[in-house]
Amino acid sequence: MAASSRAQVLDLYRAMLRESKRFSAYNYRTYAVRRIRDAFRENKNVKDPVEIQTLVNKAKRDLGIIRRQA
Amino acid sequence: MLLRAAWRRAAVAVTAAPGPKPAAPTRGLRLRVGDHAPQSAVPADTAAAPEAGPVLRPLYMDVQATTPLDPRVLDAMLPYLINYYGNPHSRTHAYGWESEAAMERARQQVASLIGADPREIIFTSGATESNNIAIKGVARFYRLRKKHLITTQTEHKCVLDSCRSLEAEGFQVTYLPVQKSGIIDLKELEAAIQPDTSLVSVMTVNNEIGVKQPIAEIGRICSSRKVYFHTDAAQAVGKIPLDVNDMKIDLMSISGHKIYGPKGVGAIYIRRRPRVRVEALQSGGGQERGMRSGTVPTPLVVGLGAACEVAQQEMEYDHKRISKLSERLIQNIMKSLPDVVMNGDPEHHYPGCINLSFAYVEGESLLMALKDVALSSGSACTSASLEPSYVLRAIGTDEDLAHSSIRFGIGRFTTEEEVDYTVEKCIQHVKRLREMSPLWEMVQDGIDLKSIKWTQH
Repeated sequence: MAASSRAQVLDLYRAMLRESKRFSAYNYRTYAVRRIRDAFRENKNVKDPVEIQTLVNKAKRDLGIIRRQA
Repeated sequence: MLLRAAWRRAAVAVTAAPGPKPAAPTRGLRLRVGDHAPQSAVPADTAAAPEAGPVLRPLYMDVQATTPLDPRVLDAMLPYLINYYGNPHSRTHAYGWESEAAMERARQQVASLIGADPREIIFTSGATESNNIAIKGVARFYRLRKKHLITTQTEHKCVLDSCRSLEAEGFQVTYLPVQKSGIIDLKELEAAIQPDTSLVSVMTVNNEIGVKQPIAEIGRICSSRKVYFHTDAAQAVGKIPLDVNDMKIDLMSISGHKIYGPKGVGAIYIRRRPRVRVEALQSGGGQERGMRSGTVPTPLVVGLGAACEVAQQEMEYDHKRISKLSERLIQNIMKSLPDVVMNGDPEHHYPGCINLSFAYVEGESLLMALKDVALSSGSACTSASLEPSYVLRAIGTDEDLAHSSIRFGIGRFTTEEEVDYTVEKCIQHVKRLREMSPLWEMVQDGIDLKSIKWTQH
């Protein structure tokens, strides 16, 4: 798989926010949206491709969790 | 059934009533938290009352009592509740092997949060059981030569009760007093240690007032005097950085449901180097190194492990956020209301547990007035009795202030809107209750309440 591009990361971000809005509980919903936003913002200047890939993999796992639990 | 119907009617009545509504345009947060789908506890005839809309529930501001499950924790637990249901102590088939692997992985996750070795973690049914094992187990093992224990007056009920039951067995216990700040005096601790002291037990973060005890210093004192040091870290694990080696802790109690994990599980850390010997309380097949027999509940311990791992990753982010929200709550309440006292040392304090005393207002009536916020005045263990909390009495709070205390809990999932709403309602109701209070009138007229001679009827 090619290294994660900016477009892929943004797609992931949008997908995660979209899935998070499906949480029926207010506290989980607001936490998920806030945490995703803060996490992507915090890591936006990471340059090392290995680290980027690790973060993207973790995000994909978390997206799976949100899909299952929301 | 009747109760649930009444709750629904009450919810409908409140939403229909033209009360003052906060200007909150956020979807889902009207008067209370709006859940989109009714929970399974609501009976099926909700469909008969569609005008109720989303089921409204109170805001949860009582995280010291228990915490909601983090969705990541639930996700980790589910496979072990559905497919991987084997007994981790079955050594002969794959069901057992996979459960055992999960249990050991959870053990490693718990250990890495506190800087321990996985072999030093024993799973229990909760911090209460861990405290019982630590105190009774250590005291009884060394009973021949060591008959003395030291603890504080602000410990959790289970610690105090264990000590009381040991006193009935012939041990002596010193209950150290705390200063007005809630922190113990280290010189008093040093003076209290005798040659036959086996254990010192001091909790890391108090569940009622949120003060942080100087654990590293206490650990240093205890290890220099060759006394075992136990700490009940139920409220501290995963929230503040803890390291059992840096802080010289020999035994530590961990609770699952205080760190966004499941209820019914906990752990105890028992140091192996130098070895701390503990007499087992629960006899049986020798599971958990003989210290706690009984099948280890795989889904629960997997949940505990996942909660510890999440806590380790989120600790800094959560702490920063909770500190900010806590500042906001305290500042906003204090600047709008006079005569509000924060119980506990403001500096050595975990920000997520705020205990405020509102003078001239009765605590229970304020709690009842704040009916759409889930709050507590003191600990859940003692909430049934009407006595003011023994912790507040130990820090020297006046009787009347002790009756007016409310504990606000801020956790990982608390939002800024919830804090603002709570502050607003609190200010509104305290003002209203004070208006009704004759004591407040007298204070406004400049009378010093302490100088009044109340006549005996």
